[in-house]
Amino acid sequence: MAKQEFIRVRRDMPPGHVRTPAYLRGKTGWIERTLGPFPNPEQLAYGHQAQSLPLMRVRFTMAEVWGADAPYPDDTIDAEIYAHWLEPAEPPNAP
Amino acid sequence: MPHDHHDHLSPSGHPYRPDDDHPLTYWQQMEIAIRELLIEKGVTTAAEINAQIDAMDSRSPANGAAVVARAWTDPAFRDALLADASVASRDMGFDIGPMKLIAVENTADVHNVIVCTLCSCYPRNLLGLPPDWYKSRAYRSRTVKEPRKVLAEFGVNLPDTTTVRVHDSTADMRYIVIPARPAGTDDWSPDALARLVTRDSMIGTGIAKAPESV
Repeated sequence: MAKQEFIRVRRDMPPGHVRTPAYLRGKTGWIERTLGPFPNPEQLAYGHQAQSLPLMRVRFTMAEVWGADAPYPDDTIDAEIYAHWLEPAEPPNAP
Repeated sequence: MPHDHHDHLSPSGHPYRPDDDHPLTYWQQMEIAIRELLIEKGVTTAAEINAQIDAMDSRSPANGAAVVARAWTDPAFRDALLADASVASRDMGFDIGPMKLIAVENTADVHNVIVCTLCSCYPRNLLGLPPDWYKSRAYRSRTVKEPRKVLAEFGVNLPDTTTVRVHDSTADMRYIVIPARPAGTDDWSPDALARLVTRDSMIGTGIAKAPESV
């Protein structure tokens, strides 16, 4: 996992049809695989011209999402996050 | 009069439950209104809608069970399924429409479970309609927070040495779990193996049935 490229989900809370789960915003993970491109649902949902975006499967540890005292910190959550929600990040818990 | 004394009991001796009839909800009315408008405006027809409902009703977990059983017995198909489950399912002859499917494989070290925290995304085009509990707030919220407790309530108790991977179906992809193949089935045919593959085992809330159970 040391060689992984880490990315963080933006912490924003915009209104509208957003498919980035709130519980993952601000959390850091790594890309499990890249999918797409798919039309941006935030535009598609309102009948607007939708931008094509890469869709990332991002893997998070339970420790990152729920805190270091999560009972099984190394279990993981994978979620599909559109590229415009992701920004480069340092590894979680970096010294 | 026969009903004088036991109005509250059915002939079987059990209490009557109240009917759950209720007026249409807002969204039920909206669905009917939009469906009728689409037909009136000639966008679709009642026959097309019925055909689509029939097509959905004809899909069942048996489709997914056949896919899993083939993955267990055909290594090239297993690799193709893990690489692109939509293409592999279509090549096997299943009409899954535009669905984009990812298959994740349970092994001795990893157990996968699928949830959609935002709504109720489910691989309907392969497995048919989801179970009601899959759409419940409890399943959707708890599976990402305490998956092992949820799995234990389904009767799946995993050792600490197994990593649990929760897959939150948040966007365009749908997911199917390839459960671990039960021991003692080495000489079984794909058709026989498919009978061991339950709906829940393909969601990850169950495991495949034991060979002696069928």
